Amino acid sequence: MRTISCKLRIGSVIAAIMVLLGASALQAQEKTIILATTTSTQDSGLLDVLVPAFEKKTGYFVKTISVGSGQAMAMGQKGEADVLLVHSPAAEKQFMADGLGVERRLVMHNDFIILGPTEDPAKIKGMKSAPEAFKKIAAAGSLFLSRGDNSGTHAKEKAVWKDAGVAYEGEKWYQQTGLGMGQTLNVANEKKGYVLADRGTYLALAKNLKLDLLVEGDAVLLNIYHVIEVNPSKWPKVNFRGAKAFADFMVSKETQDTIKAFGVDKFGSPLFFPDAGKKVEDLGK
Amino acid sequence: MDLILDGITKAFWLLISFDPEVLGITLLSLKISGSATLISLFLGISAGALVALTRFPGRRFVVGLINTGMALPPVVVGLFVTIFLWRNGPLGFLGILYTPEAMILAQAIIATPIVTGISLAALQQLPAKLRLQILALGATRAQMVWILVKEAKLPLLAAVMAGFGGVISEVGASIMVGGNIKGYSRVLTTATVMETGKGEFDVAIALSILLLLLAYSINVVLTQIQQRERPR
Repeated sequence: MRTISCKLRIGSVIAAIMVLLGASALQAQEKTIILATTTSTQDSGLLDVLVPAFEKKTGYFVKTISVGSGQAMAMGQKGEADVLLVHSPAAEKQFMADGLGVERRLVMHNDFIILGPTEDPAKIKGMKSAPEAFKKIAAAGSLFLSRGDNSGTHAKEKAVWKDAGVAYEGEKWYQQTGLGMGQTLNVANEKKGYVLADRGTYLALAKNLKLDLLVEGDAVLLNIYHVIEVNPSKWPKVNFRGAKAFADFMVSKETQDTIKAFGVDKFGSPLFFPDAGKKVEDLGK
Repeated sequence: MDLILDGITKAFWLLISFDPEVLGITLLSLKISGSATLISLFLGISAGALVALTRFPGRRFVVGLINTGMALPPVVVGLFVTIFLWRNGPLGFLGILYTPEAMILAQAIIATPIVTGISLAALQQLPAKLRLQILALGATRAQMVWILVKEAKLPLLAAVMAGFGGVISEVGASIMVGGNIKGYSRVLTTATVMETGKGEFDVAIALSILLLLLAYSINVVLTQIQQRERPR
């Protein structure tokens, strides 16, 4: 009898918790969208402007999960996200080829830049070719900080190393932070290393950084964002209507105008350039 | 040094201006960690009492598990709760990933072993004869447990403080299962991580100061209760 009353009490506590948890499950799921995106769109503050506008217009509630592009696509692959806003074109093409996405649309671009300490020990300032600059950094054995997190920026960096034909894996001058863009810039700043960054995050953080912009303008350094609706055929729980609404919103004229104007008042130049409806080949021309 | 002063000034302004976003974040932190602590108290004190007052084979092993659980890393809890709560995971039907409820669940899992371990130690150190005496006076087993819990009030309040302190300050699980969604699941610790990432160090320092103030005020209240009656 005594042990029964004890068990009953524990049982009722567990039951209460289940009721508490279950109640929220009954909330309308179809009005919620999970947006998996990159740290750069959040750290630059762009989504803080776009997401509330979308929610107000459509009545959807957006859960923005900001991770690296690699993780964002992994979430899409498992049906744990409805729509992706990412910047890792090679991986995105694979994602679409695997039938994991319904539609992939061009949203905007900015560019990557190579930053480094003012002393510039590898002497890359003003170089026009990113792979050549990387070669010089490797030859000089100067410290280079990599995101190392499978993000879009990390993917771009690996592509540039490949173009440069440099074996960097395991080299003493090559260090991986495993952190987001903002934090990696701070590490590079403290350790006086070279780093590849997207211009948006750099401009947002520039006031705290003593890093100089050394290389820019190479066509390989374009940073292109696409919006992808996750394919619901494999994962029926994916909210494809919400995903489509968000993707349509991202390429709409109004949103594109907002993107164009974003950051101009604060940084004097836009952080992102709207590209809806254009072809990737025509960017940066 | 200037940065820290800027942060303190910023915290002061955020406090006296009742910035609605910061206020919301602070209240949410309190609500989530408070609920998680309450759940962990129910579970932890019950489990602690059960293990402290009974003898069964393998008891030492169980106590060892509880004590290990007190060091449960929040990121590990976060990872497993996320996997279980995925839409297509075993508990996906609940549909609570990236909600404050999921954060309460994860934090309760972190706090429960802490409360259990301290309750276990607190109840076990009471004299064994006390139990016999209470039972001899005709108390039921439930009444006896209640009297013992009251008797061990001081260390049990320490369990409350340790449990609450553990979850209000944790960030790994909260960011994984909550997603740090603006105005919805963003709490003081996850907001601090994000502001640091954005390079807004003054805001990050301001949020840290708010977090410390919050933890301090809760503990002042608990300490008041704890020290009001000194043990005879």
